Order: sequence, then C-alpha cells, then structure tokens
Amino acid sequence: MVVQALKDQGVDTVFGYPGGAVLPIYDEIFQQNDIRHILVRHEQGAVHAAEGYARSTGKVGVALVTSGPGATNAVTGLTDALLDSIPIVVLSGQVPTFMIGSDAFQEADTVGITRPCTKHNWLAKDTATLAETIHQGFHVARSGRPGPVLIDIPKDVQFASAEYTAPQAINTSNYQPQLKGDIESITELVEALEQAERPVFYTGGGVINSGPAASQLLRELVEATGVPITSTLMGLGAYPASGKNWLGMLGMHGLYEANMAMHDCDLMINVGARFDDRITGLIDAFSPNSKKAHIDIDPSSINKVIRVDIPIVGDVGHVLEDILKVWKARGRKTNKEGLAKWHAQINKWREVDCLSFKQEGKIIKPQYALQRLEALTKDHDRYITTEVGQHQMWAAQYLGFEDPNRWMTSGGLGTMGYGFPASIGVQMAHRDSLVINVAGEASWLMNMQEMGTAVQFRLPVKQFILNNERLGMVRQWQELLHGERYSHSWSEALPDFVKLAEAFGAKGIYCDNPDDLDDAIMEMINHDGPVIFDCLVEKHENCFPMIPSGKPHNEMLLGEASTQGAIEAGGAVLV
Amino acid sequence: MAALKIKKGSSKHSAYNLRPNFSDVQESHTLAVLVDNEPGVLARVIGLFSGRGYNIESLTVAEVDHHGHQSRITIVTKGTPQVIEQIKAQLGRIVPVHEVHDLTVEGPAVERELGLLKVTGAGDKRVEALRLADIFRANVVDSTLESFVFEITGTSEKIDAFADLMRPLGLVEVARTGVAALSRGAE
Repeated sequence: MVVQALKDQGVDTVFGYPGGAVLPIYDEIFQQNDIRHILVRHEQGAVHAAEGYARSTGKVGVALVTSGPGATNAVTGLTDALLDSIPIVVLSGQVPTFMIGSDAFQEADTVGITRPCTKHNWLAKDTATLAETIHQGFHVARSGRPGPVLIDIPKDVQFASAEYTAPQAINTSNYQPQLKGDIESITELVEALEQAERPVFYTGGGVINSGPAASQLLRELVEATGVPITSTLMGLGAYPASGKNWLGMLGMHGLYEANMAMHDCDLMINVGARFDDRITGLIDAFSPNSKKAHIDIDPSSINKVIRVDIPIVGDVGHVLEDILKVWKARGRKTNKEGLAKWHAQINKWREVDCLSFKQEGKIIKPQYALQRLEALTKDHDRYITTEVGQHQMWAAQYLGFEDPNRWMTSGGLGTMGYGFPASIGVQMAHRDSLVINVAGEASWLMNMQEMGTAVQFRLPVKQFILNNERLGMVRQWQELLHGERYSHSWSEALPDFVKLAEAFGAKGIYCDNPDDLDDAIMEMINHDGPVIFDCLVEKHENCFPMIPSGKPHNEMLLGEASTQGAIEAGGAVLV
Repeated sequence: MAALKIKKGSSKHSAYNLRPNFSDVQESHTLAVLVDNEPGVLARVIGLFSGRGYNIESLTVAEVDHHGHQSRITIVTKGTPQVIEQIKAQLGRIVPVHEVHDLTVEGPAVERELGLLKVTGAGDKRVEALRLADIFRANVVDSTLESFVFEITGTSEKIDAFADLMRPLGLVEVARTGVAALSRGAE
C-alpha cells in the first residue's frame, strides 16, 4: 500500500533507516525494484538527503524512519525544511494503534512533537484511508508555499490490507492556495516600475520553488527593464551570476553594492523573499525612502516584518508572467534617464570591490580556496551544498550560480551538519554530476557518519572542508562582541581527515599550501568516488562585508580596520 | 483555504486589512475560525498562539456541522493591529483551517458568554444576591439553604459586572464558557 502510493506519486528514491515499527514497509520495499532505498547512517541524514534531493530536482523528497528515536532524530531536518520551504514527505513508523499511549517500546508522540515543525502532519489510524492520506501529504507538501509533511503510520495499519485509492481519486479542493496575483496590484507595480529612478529587484527562494519557468521569466523581465537585481542566500541561481544586472547576494554578509542599492533605492520589488532578519538589519532604518512591493504565495509573509505598499499574493511564476504581460501591453516603458544615473551610482559602489582579499605567504586564505574551486569547477555540471558558518557565506560570495536548483544550503534554520547528507541526496538525483559540499570542519563532523552511505552507494560526493580548526563564525562574533574571549570556539582533537577517509574506504586529500591547491582540487574532481578534501586555511580570517547586528545597510563593515566598536550594546543582544 | 484568496483592500474576507500605519495600541479582536473537525486541530491553533507569542483571552470550540465535520473556534485575542493581521494570516496557513473571520472589523456581531456562579450565604446577603440576579436576568439553577448557583448569559463585561457584585455577597466559585460570537444580519 505505502510503496504503491509512493510509486504513484512518482517517487524513485527513498532515504531511510529501518526499525521495529516500520518493518512491514521495509518488507514491501524488499519485494520490488521500482523505488530505490538509500540506507543512511542517522535519521537526520535521511531528512537532509531528502531535502537535497528535493531542492536539486524540484520534486518532493521522501524519507522513511522508524518510531520513537527514528522520528525524534528527524525533527531537525523537518524544521530545516519548514524554514526553507522545501517539499518533503517523511513517513514514520508508530507503535500499533492499540498500544499508543501506553509508553510502549520506542513510542513517542511523533505527531505532537512534529506539529510545529511541519506544514501539516497526520496520524494514519486506518488502512482504508492510508493511501489517501499519503496522496494528500504529497499535495500539501508541494502546493502553495512548499514545506515538510509527516505521516505517522502505526504498525498494525501497515500490516492490515484494504482497497487502494489512486491519486486521481483524491479530492484536494480544500487546500488550493491562490496562484494568480491580483491584476490591479500588478498594474500598480508596473506603473511604479515605469517611473522609478532607482528600482531594485530583491529575489528569494520563492523564485526557485516556483520552478524553472519562474527563473526564466525573472531573467526576461530583468533584461528587458534593465533593473538591477540582488538575491537572498536561498535565491541564488534564479538570475545568473554572470548577468549584467547582477549585484550579488544581499544581507548580513552580502555585497556592498547590493546592500547600498537596497538602502538607497526608490522602488524595491521583493519577489519570493520574506524580509528575514539576516536581510533587513535594523528594521527602522531599512531602505527608508523606497516604495516596496512584495510578491509572495504566503499571505502571512506580507507585512510580517516590513510594511509594504504593494502586496501581491500569488505564485511568483504566475505573477511575473502577468507583470511582463502588463508591462509590454503598456508600451515597455522605463525611466531611462533615472536608470542610467542609478547604474552609474551602482558602478561606483562596485569599485569599492568589497570581496577583495590578499593571498600572501604560505597559508591558504579561505576566499582564495573558493576562488580556485570556482575557477576549476564552474564549467562542470556542478551542484554545491554547504554546511553553516563562515565557509557558507564565503561560498555564497565567491561561487557563481548560473542556474536555479544548483545551490543547496540551510538558510532559515542554519543547520550545521546539513551539507554532507544533502550532497548525498543531490548526487542520488544527479548520478553523473559533480556534487561538492563546501564545509567547515566543525559542521562536517556533525554528520560525518554519512561517509558510510556515500561509500556504500558509490556516491562520488566531494567534501571540500575549509579547515580553520575553529568554529569560525562563533569566533568572529566573539572577537567583535565578547572582547576576544574565545569561549569553546576552537576544534580540539580533530581527526586526521585523510586517514578518516581511508578508514571508510574513500579518498582523502590534504592541502595546506596555496601553490599546491590547484593540483589538489583537480585531483579531487578527477577521482571517481567520494573524497574528503582537508584544506587547511588561515585560522583567524573574518567574513566580510558584514552588517553588524542593530545597524542599517549603509553601515557595513568592510574589513579588519573598521571593526573597532562596531557593535553597540543594543546590537549585542541580537543574534 | 478561503482565507488565502485575498485581495488588497477587500474587506470581508481579507486576511490583512492594510492600515495607514502600524500603531502600538493594543486592540481586542474576536476571531471566528472554521476548521475541519479532525484530531489535533485545536492543538495546531493553540500551538500557533503559544509558539508565536500571541495572547488568547478566551477560546471556545465545538462541532457546528456534524455532517461536514466542521468545528467553529471562537478566539478573543489582544494585540497591535499588525499582530492581529499576522494572527489571521497565520491561522489561514493551517491546512485544516477553512475560513478566518475577524468579527471585530467585519461589521456588527453578537458576542455571548455563559457563566455559572456559586454564591453562599444567609440572611440579607442571600436576599440581596437573589435580587441582583433578577436585575441581571440570571437564573437560579441549583439551590440549597446556604447556596445558589446562578446561570447568566451575556457579554463578558456583563458577567464580569455580575461577578463583581456577587463577590461581597459570598461568591465562592465561577465557571465561564468563553465567548461565542456570530455576525449580525442575514449573511
């Protein structure tokens, strides 16, 4: 029943870990060949792998876990998927219905525990409605603002048989989020766009979630109007990094030109982003003189943090299509004079060259490592995942993304340990592509058990570890905020990563010399199998530019010289 | 998900009525939430309020359409206009929530609450309690030689006022249902 429902939903891969309460489903999996099961080494890994699979394909990712500890281990992944709006379905086993509530072995109130960290969840109490529930689960996961769902299936419900319900027979009418935007508001936005002297597009993960067509429409609109565009961490790749209107990422560690453009613009068009606190900085001083438009499929995102003038509830793809239609019908007008001045101003900001760094001496700068990784891999069919921390921000700054669905990172929840299992999910979906996880050594250790998975399933994922023997971002904040008292932010007793790789039966590469870096990266790319690349980098490098907590966009820190007293007492309490 | 089909400026089903600016004034709003009567739906609604730090002043819930498996949750909540708009939009996101109505802004509504009050005493106080109950149109639903249980229906303010009057007369226990509310008129 469960396997049939998954097949009918187009599932070809399931990431999971067996246990007592899911044995009947595993028995079904054993007796078929349509769905591939990937045995992870920890349930958190299963959920992140499903996320990586979902983000890189646009399909719904699936994870299968057992009751009790299996389900509680899935909670971090579910929360991660909720905050980044990733469509996944997690099936969890549960003790039989007649034992629920008796504190049975491996019993947990899974539906209760996961209620706030799923878009929706179900306890499937009846085999007769199980197939329908699974189909509803997929519908809810992928419709509207996507998100994680969990279906908890007691063991007796798995054993019992009932008549199967096909997906076509399911009534989904009670959950149908609005796709088309209000045409009056769209016209209002086009009018504003025609007149604006200093417009900017601020795009987010919603463009990626809406599908490749939305990215295509965005590109067409940006090229046709000549309006500069910046993106959140989640939205990278929707507009190509090589595009002439590209400003780079914005936000706390965003580019100088992107944040200055956000601060000084007179029209801000938010496309599928949510004014996250990493983006806005000090809310009272956020882009003070601009008219703001916000396109979002989730009405609760609108006016949650920043009050906007033109709210448009709808799917990004549908709304962009209508914007283009209306704009063309009205004669393709833009404020050419204003835009020319605006671009001149932006070019002046670009001259600040906020990402410049000096690679000197015999120690590898992390920025240099990523610059070389970019140069040597950008022509490959490449997918990048990351862990969380300084390396993640540097990857977002120094790697260029030309297409959507190529960049998988934990944005909202900031989950250390996300990147490695995610890279496994991505590689499963794209067997012949180059999949690289840009990692820090501390994050990577959080889910390193998945080396077993990578080796077992011959997944040639490349673990590119920028090893500074520190929790780099924590160290940076302690330097700026806590009087350089580096409380517990160094990585003591690190393993020898090369030997670790070999212990798992994989390849390990060590590099600590900038002169050897290119050869070492090429060796990693050319090796047909999983690789742990231990890249020893400068230990005290800080990640800049940076908008300190409690500051507006136009008060960025650009480098070491400007950090004295940068964060005041009020900003210190912020995260 | 009717709550999602909203348009800027539309009044009746709007999940967010835009206002000229966000004021800091705390407003009390009565929300009617129509939900599928399925396990856990009340926990979802309450979890939303506790998880996001919103206030619940009163909450009632009961099945209103047995055939269609629909329940109606009436919530009285307090917050700034911005918070109230967020609450409505967040409620609208919950999958089994069908409609969210803000009875406070959608035009006139009737709000009623039922209270049961136990008053003990003898002599003049007992007579006075009975006299006041008559003024408030409260019914006596239980009586002993030393006590009454009054049943009173009305707005929350009326029940507050009645309870305040009963306190010096020997009020020992109060049970209240919370507010149930409906919009006035044919619709």
